[in-house]
Amino acid sequence: MSATLLAVQALNGLQLGLVLFLIAAGLTLVFGVMDFINLAHGVQYMVGAYLAVVFYGLTAHFGLALLLALVAALVFGLAMEALVYRHLYGRSHLDQVLATFGIILILTEGAKAVFGPAPLSLPRPEALSGAIPLMDGFGYPVWRLVIIGAGLGVAALLYGLVQHTRMGMQVRAGATDAEMIGALGVDIRRLFMGVFGFGAMLAGFAGVMAAPVFAVEPTMGDGLLIMAFVVIVIGGIGSIRGAFLAAVIVGLVDTLGRSFSTDVARMFLAPAAANDVGPAVASMLVYVLMAGVLFWRPQGLFPARAG
Amino acid sequence: MKHAKALALAAAMGFTGMAAQAETLTVGMMLTLSGPPAALGQHIRDGFLLALEEKGGALGGMDVELIVVDDELQPDLAVTRARALLERDGADIVIGTVFSNVMMAVFRPVIEAGVVLVSPNAGPAPLAGRGCHANYFNTAWQNDNNHEVLGQHATDEGYERLVLIAPNYQAGRDAMEGVKRFYRGEVVDEIFTQLGQLDFSAELARVASLRPDAVYAFMPGGMGVNLVRQFAQAGLTMPFLSAFTVDETTLPATQADAVGMFAGAQWARNLDNETNAAFVPAFEAKFGYAPSLYASQGYDTALILDAALAVAGTAEAEALSAALKAVEMETTRGAFRFGPNNFPVQDYFLVQAVERDGRFVTEAVATVFENHSDAYAADCRM
Repeated sequence: MSATLLAVQALNGLQLGLVLFLIAAGLTLVFGVMDFINLAHGVQYMVGAYLAVVFYGLTAHFGLALLLALVAALVFGLAMEALVYRHLYGRSHLDQVLATFGIILILTEGAKAVFGPAPLSLPRPEALSGAIPLMDGFGYPVWRLVIIGAGLGVAALLYGLVQHTRMGMQVRAGATDAEMIGALGVDIRRLFMGVFGFGAMLAGFAGVMAAPVFAVEPTMGDGLLIMAFVVIVIGGIGSIRGAFLAAVIVGLVDTLGRSFSTDVARMFLAPAAANDVGPAVASMLVYVLMAGVLFWRPQGLFPARAG
Repeated sequence: MKHAKALALAAAMGFTGMAAQAETLTVGMMLTLSGPPAALGQHIRDGFLLALEEKGGALGGMDVELIVVDDELQPDLAVTRARALLERDGADIVIGTVFSNVMMAVFRPVIEAGVVLVSPNAGPAPLAGRGCHANYFNTAWQNDNNHEVLGQHATDEGYERLVLIAPNYQAGRDAMEGVKRFYRGEVVDEIFTQLGQLDFSAELARVASLRPDAVYAFMPGGMGVNLVRQFAQAGLTMPFLSAFTVDETTLPATQADAVGMFAGAQWARNLDNETNAAFVPAFEAKFGYAPSLYASQGYDTALILDAALAVAGTAEAEALSAALKAVEMETTRGAFRFGPNNFPVQDYFLVQAVERDGRFVTEAVATVFENHSDAYAADCRM
C-alpha cells in the first residue's frame, strides 16, 4: 500500500464524490425547498446520458452534444414538472414516492424500448482522451480530471447563486419555510419550477459527463440515486454546502473502503475469510456512516439553516 | 412486456402450407427479457426464432406454438410463470433460463410436471453433478467452463502472476474457482466488487500497483462495459482475460476500447463449419445486429431439439430424453453431443475482440479445450 496508490485512490474518491454531488445538489434542493421526494431524479441522469448519445450521433461533436443535451434535459425536467410533479406538491410523501417510482419504471422501460437493453457509449472528446501517467503502467484519465473540474465549477457556481443572488435568497428562504415566502409575495410556483428545472439539468449534466466513463444503460441512475439520498441525508436536507461536503465524504469513504477494506481485514483474519469480509464491509460503509449521522445528528452534518 | 407472448408464431411470422402436419407442439420459453441483462435473453430468443423460421415453424416435423415469457430475473415470479406455462398453456417442452438462480427455482416444478427442460444458458453446478436429472439438458455449457478456458490459457502462456476480478456473489466466486482449476501460476489477488458497481478506478489502480502478468475479469453486462472502458482509459496494457464480459452484447458499447481483449467461449463467428457459415449472415440480415455466443446457443437449441424430435417423433419425456442423449451433430459451434450428465461435450476457444467492417465482434484465435466436459459430471448418477 504505497503513498502513490493512496493518493490515486483519494483522487478516485473525490471524482466519485463530485459526480454524486451533481446529482445530489438537485435532489436536495427539490426535497429541501419543495418538500418533494423525487425518486425519479436518477432517471434524469439517465435521460441526460442518452440525450448526449443521441445528439452526439447527430452532430459528432462532444461540446455541441453537451450543450444540446443540457437544453433538452432542462426542457424535459420542466415538462415533467408541468405534467406530473406539479400535481403532487401538496400530497403526502407516500403519494410522491409512489408516483415518482412509477415515472422510473415508465422511463426506464421507455429507454429500453427506444434504444434497446444493451448498453451504449459516448466517446470522450479527442483532446481530452489521454491519461496522465501516475504509476508505472497506469495513468489517470484526463477526462476524470475534467469531471473533477466540472464538479468543482458547478459547486462554485451554485454557491454564488444560492448565497449572492435574489433567487438564491428565495431558495434559501423556501428551504426554511416555503409557505411564508409565498405569503411575502414570492411567486412560489415559478420558484419551484425554476428549482426543479435547474435540478433536472444538473442531473442531466452529470449524466453527460459520466457517459464517457460509464455504460449508458436504462438503469444507470438507480444505484447512484440511492447514493445521492445517502449524501443528502448525511449533508442535511436542503443544504447545497452539506450536499457538497457529504458527497466528497461519501465518495472518499466508499472508494477508500473498496480499495483497502480487504487489506485491513487481512490483518485480523485468514486470507479466505478476509476475502469474504472485506468486500461485504466495504459495501456497507457509507450506510453505516449514514446510520451514525442519523443517530447522532439527525438534522445532517451541515443543515440548511446554517448554510 | 410482462407476457411477451409470441403466440401462434407460425401465423404471426407468415408461414403457410403447413396444414399437412396435424400435431402441434407447445414450446414454453422462459428468459430474462427485462432489466439490465435483457440483452442476453433477447439474443437467445432471436437465435431460436431464426432457426425455427428456417425450419418452417416446425421442429422435428411438428408445428411449433412458441410461448415466450419473461422471468424478470425474479425466481419467485419465474416459478409462477413456469406453472402457468405448464398448466394453463400445456407446454410440451420448456426452454430456459438465462440465469442460474432462476433455473434453480423453476427446475423442480418443470421436472415434476414430467416435461423435458432444456437450458440454453444457465448451467449451475448442482444440476451438472449430484442434482442431475434425466429430463434436464443443457445446450450451452456448465457455468465454470468458459472461465476454465482462461485459466488454461493463462497456464499455456506461462503467466506467473494473475489478478482476478469478479462481483461479490455466487457466480463471481464460481468464476474464480473455474479459473483456478486450470491455472498453475500464482493468483496474486482476488478482487471482489459490489454487484452493479459502476466505477472501477479504485480496483484498476490496485491492479496496476500489483503488476500482474495478466488480469482475469468476470464482469457481466453493463458492469463489464464500465470495467473494459475504464481499463482502456487508464492505459493499462497487460493482457485482459475474461468470460461473459467481452462479447457481442457489450461490444457495441465498449467498441474500440475492447479490441485485443480475450474471452473464453464455445462459439465464435469465424468458426469454420457450414452451419455457422450460414447462421452468422442469416442472423445479421434478419435482426440487424451481430450475433453473440448467446444467440448461437438459442439457434443451436432449436437445431438440437429439431434433430431429437425427428427421431423421437414425440415430445413425451422418456422418448425425447433418449433421443436427445443420442444426439451427435454439427451445430454452429461444430461437433456437439451431450455427456453423461446431459451437459455438452464440446470444444472451447479463446476468442478476441476485433473490428470487422466497422463492427466490433469476437473471433476465435485458438482452441483451448477439445471435447471438454465439466468438473461435476463424475458426481452425476442418473
